[in-house]
Amino acid sequence: MGKVKKSPWVLHYDGSSCNGCDIEVLACLTPVYDAERFGIINTGDPLQADIFLITGGINTQNKAVVQQLYDQMPRPKVVVAVGTCACTGGIFKECYNILGGADTTIPVDIYVPGCAARPQAIIDGLIQAIELFQKRSNKHDAIERRHKEEEGRKAHDKVSGE
Amino acid sequence: MGISVFLILFPLCCAPVMYFITNDRLRAYVTYCAAGIIAAATVALTVLWALNGAVPVLLYKETELADHAILIAELLLMVLVTYLCFKHRKYWISVLSIVPTLLIAKQELTAPSPMTLCHIYIDHFSILMCLIIGVVGSLIVVYAVGYMYGYHQHRKDVRDNRRYFFMLLFIFLGAMFGFVLSESLMWIDFFWEVTSVCSFLLIGYTREAEAIRNSFRALWMNLLGGVALAVGIVYFDSAVNCVSLHKLIEYAQTGVVPAVIGVALIALAALTKAAQLPFSTWLMGAMVAPTPSSALLHSATMVKAGIYILFRLAPAMGGTTTGNVVVFVGGFTFFMASIMAISQSDGKKVLAFSTISNLGLMTACAGVGSHETVWAGIFLMMFHAVSKSLLFQDVGATENATGSRDIEDMHGLLYRLPMLGFYMFIGIAAMFLAPFGMLISKWSALKAAVDRSNILLVLFITYGSATTSFYWTKWMGKIISRSHETGERMEEKITDNSEKFSMTVHAVLMIALCVFMPWLSNNFVDPLLVEMFGKFTNVLPGGILAMMVLIMCIVFLIPILAYMYAKNHRTNYKLNYMSGINTGNNNAFTDSFGEEKKLWLSNYYFDRLIRPDQMMIFSQLVATAVLAVMVSFLLGGALV
Amino acid sequence: MSYKAAIMVVLYILFAPLAGGLLEGADRKISARMQGRIGPPLLQPFYDVRKLMNKQVIAVSVLQTSMLLCYLVLMVFTGAIFFAGNDILMCLFVLSTASTFMYFAAVVTSSPYNTIASSRELIQIMTYEPAVLLAGIGFYLVAGTFSVAKIANSDIVMLTRMPGLFASFVLILLIKMRKSPFDVSTSHHAHQELVMGVKTEMGAQNLAIFTITEWYETSILMGIVGLFVVTSNPLSYVGAILLCAAVYFFLIIADNACARVKWTQMLQITWLFTLFASGVNLLILMLIK
Repeated sequence: MGKVKKSPWVLHYDGSSCNGCDIEVLACLTPVYDAERFGIINTGDPLQADIFLITGGINTQNKAVVQQLYDQMPRPKVVVAVGTCACTGGIFKECYNILGGADTTIPVDIYVPGCAARPQAIIDGLIQAIELFQKRSNKHDAIERRHKEEEGRKAHDKVSGE
Repeated sequence: MGISVFLILFPLCCAPVMYFITNDRLRAYVTYCAAGIIAAATVALTVLWALNGAVPVLLYKETELADHAILIAELLLMVLVTYLCFKHRKYWISVLSIVPTLLIAKQELTAPSPMTLCHIYIDHFSILMCLIIGVVGSLIVVYAVGYMYGYHQHRKDVRDNRRYFFMLLFIFLGAMFGFVLSESLMWIDFFWEVTSVCSFLLIGYTREAEAIRNSFRALWMNLLGGVALAVGIVYFDSAVNCVSLHKLIEYAQTGVVPAVIGVALIALAALTKAAQLPFSTWLMGAMVAPTPSSALLHSATMVKAGIYILFRLAPAMGGTTTGNVVVFVGGFTFFMASIMAISQSDGKKVLAFSTISNLGLMTACAGVGSHETVWAGIFLMMFHAVSKSLLFQDVGATENATGSRDIEDMHGLLYRLPMLGFYMFIGIAAMFLAPFGMLISKWSALKAAVDRSNILLVLFITYGSATTSFYWTKWMGKIISRSHETGERMEEKITDNSEKFSMTVHAVLMIALCVFMPWLSNNFVDPLLVEMFGKFTNVLPGGILAMMVLIMCIVFLIPILAYMYAKNHRTNYKLNYMSGINTGNNNAFTDSFGEEKKLWLSNYYFDRLIRPDQMMIFSQLVATAVLAVMVSFLLGGALV
Repeated sequence: MSYKAAIMVVLYILFAPLAGGLLEGADRKISARMQGRIGPPLLQPFYDVRKLMNKQVIAVSVLQTSMLLCYLVLMVFTGAIFFAGNDILMCLFVLSTASTFMYFAAVVTSSPYNTIASSRELIQIMTYEPAVLLAGIGFYLVAGTFSVAKIANSDIVMLTRMPGLFASFVLILLIKMRKSPFDVSTSHHAHQELVMGVKTEMGAQNLAIFTITEWYETSILMGIVGLFVVTSNPLSYVGAILLCAAVYFFLIIADNACARVKWTQMLQITWLFTLFASGVNLLILMLIK
């Protein structure tokens, strides 16, 4: 069972945010908050990310994009919605093109409220996400092990069956 | 040993037969048989000669009849060239043919008959050349049968004149055998001219305006070399009264002035044949010819004739002015041609530039004139002949199958035409990657250049190999990239079985050459160097070869490793990352209008940095200046 | 292969990734401190690889993983040639073959970001190749042999004879180690304009293989740097370690102090510098030989 929580890599996606939350997310990387001390890297690449950090609501145009980015991330993965818009759609909720929060498209695990969400809150959300990430990873390992065992048994059955 | 004459005469006799058979199918079978006989005869010659003790064999002292026949043929050749020059209104080019021919004829008829000598000389080096010509050459002829059929299917605008094409191929093969087996400089000159004219006629095969223009460019450049050759021979003969190649080298080594000048002029001729700067443009133009002639004449054999003669002269060139000039021209060509190759996207043009570039390296090896460099050069020549021939054939077959020989259109070739893609990948890998032989040759060329304290050559080789790997690697990358389209396999039926046969044998040959390289080095190339230099110290460190064999094993181990890996891990395939907007597959994305946009990926060609035309003119100027210096030195030497 | 060489190879295969990983960890820590941050733990690179190995196996193209495995195996082999004390020039040739496979691993995916980044990677290979080969030749001229074992046992401190070659080698280390100003194809930081450059399509295990290979490469390159001062005197190994540390520190400073240049500038600067520094150095070596 691998300890994965020491290396949570984040994919940051800006939905239809006003950029307020995005500035706060980036502030987490600055010397004042230094999220990298937890091993957090803000990677731009879904194939390498563990935590999907999404700001802003979902609109008709970015729905497919969010869906695709989520699909491209390898399991285990965690989704964090940062800011009121990402949580519920926020002030834009009633707009003609807004579908709502991030959970209208992908399963969201952690909600970080705030308009804009403060760096402390974001880091707090990320820490919770990291714990969840470790839990999922353990589950993922167990599933993988079971698959392997099953395959081994199948191969064994095949040999003995013949 | 009469088989050596058979090798020269048999292809020459086949040629008219090819012309008179009008039935394509029948001609195909006759061609296969003839090619088989040539290859078998080459092998037989090698075996007989080896059984004879593998010592130099000298044959045919008295050959008056043959001498006369050759003289008549030479005059006929002159008439043919003059006629064609007048027909196409390139009057001045005919002078380049008339002058040397008459010079040689006058020398032969009026001068006192030279010292008795042998006309045929068979040693390790000639045998090696015969094997290259006999095996690679006959395979290319086999390939040509299928290729030319496909070519005329795909190029309806070109008049089908395959009888003529095959006739020329066979004449050429005969002349090449004659060239490498001859000891008499008069014979060498004759066969030299025949290969030049064959090349000229083959380049002009399509009869298009561009082809004719390029063919005349090739003609005048090669004939200019012929002039230098003839002048060199006649000058040497009239001073020493001898027309033996080996005597020429012996005299030159002892510093006899006419021989030194003879060597310089013949080296100059060899530079034109080997398409070195400033004469490289003819080889570029020659790419309009159908692929088999590009493979046979313009990369595997004819241009190697220039290299062959340079290696013969190598013992006489080491450390002399001529040698230094040849090293400079060769090294310079190696570097410049490899830079120019970067800017090309036409597959055949890249191959042409790379041929020029590799020939440059071999030329430089010959110019240094030490046995280490000649060792490296000979291996370069062997590997280059096989892998370049494979590549030319492959590009030709790909062009017939897909209608394009542009490297950009070869994106994903490995998935569309697996066999052609795979052979192309192997062929390119052999040109520059470990563990293939080219790399070891380059290694020892570099070492020898350092030993000789030739800083210019060291810089040319280091920078040149960097640029060389750039253009090859980006081509390899194109082949293995996932296809732009759905990547379905295309019909490989267009590629004829004869083509597949030839390419497969080439690929096998190349791997065999790599595996047997140590054996070849010990049992063949080392004695060759002893013949040439009278001494030999082991060039090849055993450790390196062991290493190469290990790498070879690793390369074959990887697929197994990858298989094991894949077995233990169930891989989930994800979409490419395109900022989340690809449209469900990897070939398109959603653009800002919400519509689907096809993806098209392209390589870098540096078209703003490298302008091949300007660069070519610049390099030609530099090389011409250097050659002019050499010639003026020579004139100085001759006048003193 | 002698007994001693075999031990060296085994030690290399076992400990090179360790050394490479630690260097990367130190790099991240020192960089963070330079920027006024606390930075990740020293062992962070190992945590990252462990995490990557624990994730779902993904790939975007069939050949991707095999090409990466080729890259890894050839890199390990390059190091084995070097640490077994074999031929240095051949080692450098195999090194560039290994880099070629890294290019293949990136380009097989046909992804737009990867294709641009891998083209740049290829330019990088072309850029550093002359300096690398010339360094090998410099060793040969000074020590009279290509054998790493004999070079390491000579009585001359190579650095004193080949300062120009050393300078160009350090310059191209910026490219090899993907440091600013020459990190055009990929970078270890989050400020890459091509997403993750050549690493874009490598996720989970593939990225782990890539990272481990880079660690092996770092060890080899540091080994070559060390070769510049190693002599038959055992104390010189301390000097070698100090030199490696100094060079690495220089790389970190350059990384933090420079902005990324365009590839044309990279090519021009490096080639010209190599031509003058290495060329003049070589010329002098040849003349005094």
